Amino acid sequence: MIDALTLAVGLTALALAAWCGFAFSRDQSTKDWHFIGMAVVSVLALVQLVIGVVRLAGGDKPAQGMAIFVAYLIGSAAAVPAAGFMSLVERTRWGSATVAAGGVILAVLEVRLYDIWGG
Amino acid sequence: MTRTSEQPAKAAFDLGQGPGRLLVWLYGVFTVAAASRSIVQMILDFGRAPLAYVLSAVAAVVYAFITYSLVRGGPAARKAALVCCGAELAGVLVVGTWTLVAPSAFPDATVWSDYGMGYLFIPVILPVTAMMWLRRAPSNAGRTGEADPSGV
Repeated sequence: MIDALTLAVGLTALALAAWCGFAFSRDQSTKDWHFIGMAVVSVLALVQLVIGVVRLAGGDKPAQGMAIFVAYLIGSAAAVPAAGFMSLVERTRWGSATVAAGGVILAVLEVRLYDIWGG
Repeated sequence: MTRTSEQPAKAAFDLGQGPGRLLVWLYGVFTVAAASRSIVQMILDFGRAPLAYVLSAVAAVVYAFITYSLVRGGPAARKAALVCCGAELAGVLVVGTWTLVAPSAFPDATVWSDYGMGYLFIPVILPVTAMMWLRRAPSNAGRTGEADPSGV
């Protein structure tokens, strides 16, 4: 797709995971700053979703199929917000661990998206 | 079994709190991953690897049930989830060995192929972690009624 954006989403997701993993190791729940970080990563993933759909509408074809590509786009846009909501409910270190796991999952999804688009 | 609204809502969530919340999240993600994988593959080309796709669908059902049990909480859900985690672990080990011994039976991968290597081995780690949590999770029911035999 757009390699730079895929890379940016993947790296920010990993940074978010490391940051929340640090909070977990210090026995802290997610704070306002963490949620701002989650918002940044989520916006990047949403931009990627929009660009991906626009490219599909423009006639581009992912190497491994349209359905799988769209499924991964939606999954990558939903991953961090879903983890964020769970950490809102869980006000302990385990809420931080949930967001950290969400960041790692998003990074893995980005690697897969790159493969699916490029083959 | 119906739950009356007078009961404290907290009692229903003893398995999905603290470390359990992380398990709910991971099981939820794997439910979506396994379900969407099998659905997409079955729709696109079921004939290519029917066994692999059906096994992915079975995995999705098991993951969904464990997620639901963790959220629901309570002694019955704990037992049901423990049984399912055992089935999940057995499934990963059997399918993982099967894919190594008879790769020709699997033209396409399942969630549990090669012991879940394509998923960072999380399919093997998750049921073990979940069983440990299910055995030691604090039970609200346990404090008032039946004792927790595991003795944390």
